[in-house]
Amino acid sequence: MSGIAANEPSAGAEVVQRGSFALTVRRLRRDTASMAALCVILAVILLAVVAPWVAGITGHSPIEQFRETGLSPAGIPVGPGAEFWLGTDQLGRDVLVRLAYGARVSLLVGVFASMLASLIAVVVGTTAGYFGGTVDLVLSRLTDLVMSVPFLLCALALVSAFGPSLMLSVAVIVFFSWAPMARVIRGQVISLRRQDFVLASRSLGAGPLSIMVVDILPNLAVPIIVYTTMQIPNSIVFEATLSFLGMGIVPPTPSWGGMLADASSNSLYLVAWWLIFVPGTALLMTTLAFNILGDGLRDALDPKSARTVRRLRRRPKAGAKP
Amino acid sequence: MAILEAKGLTVDIPTEDGTVHAVRNVSFAIRPGSLFGIAGESGSGKSVLTQAVMGLLPNADISGEVWFEGRNLIGLSQEEMRRLRGGRIGMIFQDPLSSLHPFYTIGAQIAEVLHAHETIGPAEARARVVDMLGKVGIPSPAERFDDYPHQFSGGMRQRVMIAMALILKPALIIADEPTTALDVTVQAQIVELLDAMRRDFGTTVILITHDLGLLSSVADDVMVMYAGNRLEYGRAADVFRAPAHPYTAGLLRSTPASYRPGTELAPIGGRPPSLLATPAGCVFAPRCPEALARCANERPPLRVYDDGVESLCWLEAGAGRARPVAAAAAAVKAADPEPVAEIEDVCLTYQTGSFFGAKRSLEVLKGIDLTVGRGETVGLVGESGCGKSTLARIVAGLVPATSGRVRVLGKDMASLDARAWRKMRREVQLVFQDPFGSLNPRRRVGAIIGDPFRLHGIASGEERREKVRRLMEMVGLNPEHYNRFPAEFSGGQRQRIGIARALALNPALIICDEPVSALDVSIQAQVLNLLRDLQRDLGLTYLFISHDLSVVRHVCDRIAVMQGGRIVELETAERLFADPQHAYTRTLLSASRTLPAFADGGARMLVETRSAS
Amino acid sequence: MIRFLASRVGFGAGVLLVLSAFVFFLFFVAPGDPARMIAGDKATESQLQQIRKNLGVDRPIVVQYGSFMQKALSGDLGFSYRNQQPVAPIILRRIPVTLSLVLGGALLWLSIGVPIGIMSARHVGSLRDRLGQAFILVGLSFPTFVLGMMSLYLLYFMPKQAGFTLFPAGGYKALSSDPLVWAWHLALPWTTLALTMAAIYARLTRGQMLDVMGEDYIRTARAKGLSERRVVWKHGLRAALTPLVTQLGADIALLLGGVIVIEQVYGLQGVGALAVQAVANQDRPIIIGVVLLGGLFIVIANIVVDLLYVLLDPRVR
Repeated sequence: MSGIAANEPSAGAEVVQRGSFALTVRRLRRDTASMAALCVILAVILLAVVAPWVAGITGHSPIEQFRETGLSPAGIPVGPGAEFWLGTDQLGRDVLVRLAYGARVSLLVGVFASMLASLIAVVVGTTAGYFGGTVDLVLSRLTDLVMSVPFLLCALALVSAFGPSLMLSVAVIVFFSWAPMARVIRGQVISLRRQDFVLASRSLGAGPLSIMVVDILPNLAVPIIVYTTMQIPNSIVFEATLSFLGMGIVPPTPSWGGMLADASSNSLYLVAWWLIFVPGTALLMTTLAFNILGDGLRDALDPKSARTVRRLRRRPKAGAKP
Repeated sequence: MAILEAKGLTVDIPTEDGTVHAVRNVSFAIRPGSLFGIAGESGSGKSVLTQAVMGLLPNADISGEVWFEGRNLIGLSQEEMRRLRGGRIGMIFQDPLSSLHPFYTIGAQIAEVLHAHETIGPAEARARVVDMLGKVGIPSPAERFDDYPHQFSGGMRQRVMIAMALILKPALIIADEPTTALDVTVQAQIVELLDAMRRDFGTTVILITHDLGLLSSVADDVMVMYAGNRLEYGRAADVFRAPAHPYTAGLLRSTPASYRPGTELAPIGGRPPSLLATPAGCVFAPRCPEALARCANERPPLRVYDDGVESLCWLEAGAGRARPVAAAAAAVKAADPEPVAEIEDVCLTYQTGSFFGAKRSLEVLKGIDLTVGRGETVGLVGESGCGKSTLARIVAGLVPATSGRVRVLGKDMASLDARAWRKMRREVQLVFQDPFGSLNPRRRVGAIIGDPFRLHGIASGEERREKVRRLMEMVGLNPEHYNRFPAEFSGGQRQRIGIARALALNPALIICDEPVSALDVSIQAQVLNLLRDLQRDLGLTYLFISHDLSVVRHVCDRIAVMQGGRIVELETAERLFADPQHAYTRTLLSASRTLPAFADGGARMLVETRSAS
Repeated sequence: MIRFLASRVGFGAGVLLVLSAFVFFLFFVAPGDPARMIAGDKATESQLQQIRKNLGVDRPIVVQYGSFMQKALSGDLGFSYRNQQPVAPIILRRIPVTLSLVLGGALLWLSIGVPIGIMSARHVGSLRDRLGQAFILVGLSFPTFVLGMMSLYLLYFMPKQAGFTLFPAGGYKALSSDPLVWAWHLALPWTTLALTMAAIYARLTRGQMLDVMGEDYIRTARAKGLSERRVVWKHGLRAALTPLVTQLGADIALLLGGVIVIEQVYGLQGVGALAVQAVANQDRPIIIGVVLLGGLFIVIANIVVDLLYVLLDPRVR
């Protein structure tokens, strides 16, 4: 009497959403904020890519100093105008060109550091969460240790010992970023490990590696993507902060943080407002865009976790509303 | 004069996917002092109905009238509704652990009800709370006033919830699945308590549940709901003995609680409909075995019968095929089957305690002896904590026993090396309880079922796909849905997927760990019958674990009753039910209710037909 | 309970040990002559010899570390040759500045962030929620130093150009002299600090409240007939509190070591600014001292938070 269970949904019923790529893209496209953010990010990437062209068009290289045309007789930088579209800095360098080259640094460091930190976080978190016991104890303590360290101070200490450099900046950012994500991943893996389907795989004879890769990892895809995207703006700001404190990129290579540092020395920006508003706005826009995109990605990938009730929420009739 | 009367209550809830018609045009009247049962499966709208009435669904669109103490609750302002809640209408929910605030003492939480509705000093409030706690059967109530919810057992917590609902002596109590999360023996106590409170305080009780056996024993009137519609309504005695609506009849035939010797479970085919669409005709028509042609196109009228039973149906004489179905030919079982699994004096002790804390040992299994023969179905029954799931994991080889021996197909599990252990995987398989947790949500169904082949390197590519398709057909799934994700299947279908996965390597023993506990009643019968048919066709051997004696009765040849880590009784199914030896078995049996016998003859008379407004 | 405390203190001690070892050994694997680093360029060779003997650099590194730790435990953090003063008082003098900044900022960001988070959660999906979320996004994305510099430009410089002083340019005035002046000088730094942190706390509160408000015990509270305000504040917030408290502890601790950027922008002579100067001057003893102090704050904060956790969640006991 078991019969074939009717698989087709009843007439007129909704099709349950599939976790497929196409659906995610569709949901993301409907989110105007995320689309706007994506445009901004693409614009920044474009700026970074065409930096040499910008230099070519304006005729200024990022490190060339134009003391005659770029500085006033008193030595104050020149504001945005015909020759320097976004003005000059304290050494008479073209701010626009430096902005474009600075974008390269920010993006490269941001994306690269985030991905590396993510990789470490996933490996550590999954191993700790899956194996438990002593392995977990050791790795968790290690994670706690890294999170307990005052990172900016340690970064300062490191830089003062070895001198500033790009490699050091990236290493520092990666070292201090992986721990919070590892902790989150570990929590997820622990709750996944308790699920019956992991037990089912084990009872079928699957080994730990097979279970981690085939069963657990696909379920981590969403937090990994979201966290990595959210980590990018953090890395960018971290790098900018390091450069601002004189710890990051070595001048005269342009970087947004370095430009801001130059602006703040001797409070120069008070007389040359473009020196903070240009790189400052660029930095703000970039981080804002990545954060918005990260939020949007999370809602698109896993709508059940969406913390917003969408527009369909109607105004209830009188008497039923608090 | 009804204490609560609903007329044409309709509740629509707007969601991202559309408007969910949770309750459609439901009317009922509740007699004061009675116990009114609302029966239905998940999605029937029974919980939404009461929550909407209480004003706990602010997003919903509610229309119709609900009269209580001379006022229409639907039009009341939020402030007036708030005053009614707790004061005149109390509510009890399903899971007492999550329904109590974990950070406040139970005494404080109960006293809060008093303070919210009356001006009262803390000392007097405390006295009243302690008094109430005593009345609901909590020992040493004065000391336990300052305890936190996690310091109580499940049954005690539910008593606390009852105390909280009753403390202001409301006129009406709504109990939403109050016993579902509790053990069987505790369930009986809680229901007893509710009934006693009803008599002592004169409170009217609305009991919402899917458990028909429970309702048949305590309810005065009953209303059966399906997909938001009220399909049947009348006195409980009348409805259960001779249901008028085919859905009620189907429900009764498929509930494991209704057992008659020589009959079998007859499931209701198909799946419950989506609540987003409004059907043209009767909402039950697609699944109804007695559907007429007009049922699919025209909304059925309300039939009123001479004994007061009302049914929303086109059939004039009521459900015809309400009687149980005769059992199909059972599988031929060998008289003395060769043993597939032999469990000898198995013990399991857990060592708990943190690195810095005291080490405690927890004895979960205290010497289990059991043999499972080929082709048999052996049932393991017990309440939560008795160790049955742990024993299943030991037999499956997933957890090593502390002492004792487990032999599967003659091989001692403890003596297997890694490779032999892997080979043993092919002989013992598990079917799990939770249809949602037992399938990886990110993998396609074909891949999930094909896992056994992949892991043991048996088949690959087209050959594997072919095998998987054949398995899907065997369990009643459409093989073309090979590439779908588990989220697109219903609970019952997911269990079928789990069964297909377990069958893949044709194991000698399949351990079913509460395979139907998480399913709706009408679907339970489908899966149970599937398991039985597979056993008959493929000669499978089952170790069937459940907390529900009535379920076990339908599928098992022999039943072992477990309590506190030991098997207290091991008998064939009939003898266990006919003549239980152990006191605990007797307690379990008396706690699980069977439905009253189906009354033959005495058909009812149709008195009136009203169109459903 | 005692055991729990003991394990936490043990872990904290471990962190400090690792931190101190890290920072100590760092300077001895780093390039450069430590004596010259410490003494500066103008030292003569005999002075350098003297310094080397004082430092005991001829002894094995581990021994040096050991003696350093010994002295540190009794409060002697070494001697800064650059400033010609012992390290500990230099650092101690700076602490009130950083403390004022961080604690005042904490008060501010809590009173802004938490209510915004609650409001957002209570009216999910509405305009108020969208505004709240916009605030969160902007606050999270605004790099602190950019915000600081822009604030100075808009709220100090431009009014100055117009002829009046809205806010001072920075610098610190002690609390003891005049509380109003003290607060006025800290107003802009507090707001800069609070904006980013408020966004973090608003997001955390919103998330926690959304989680909590969907729980069954909230439904019970409503079914009991409690007023909505009571439901949200007494039942909801109470349950959402624990992660907030944990985060607060961690943040205060980290900030005490990390408000470097704000101190730089506003010219506040706090611990962070000291660290930056020390790096520029290659003054290693001070750097070591500051790092240790930062680590100490974090360890203390972690222990306090753990204790609070036990207090707040009866299930842990």
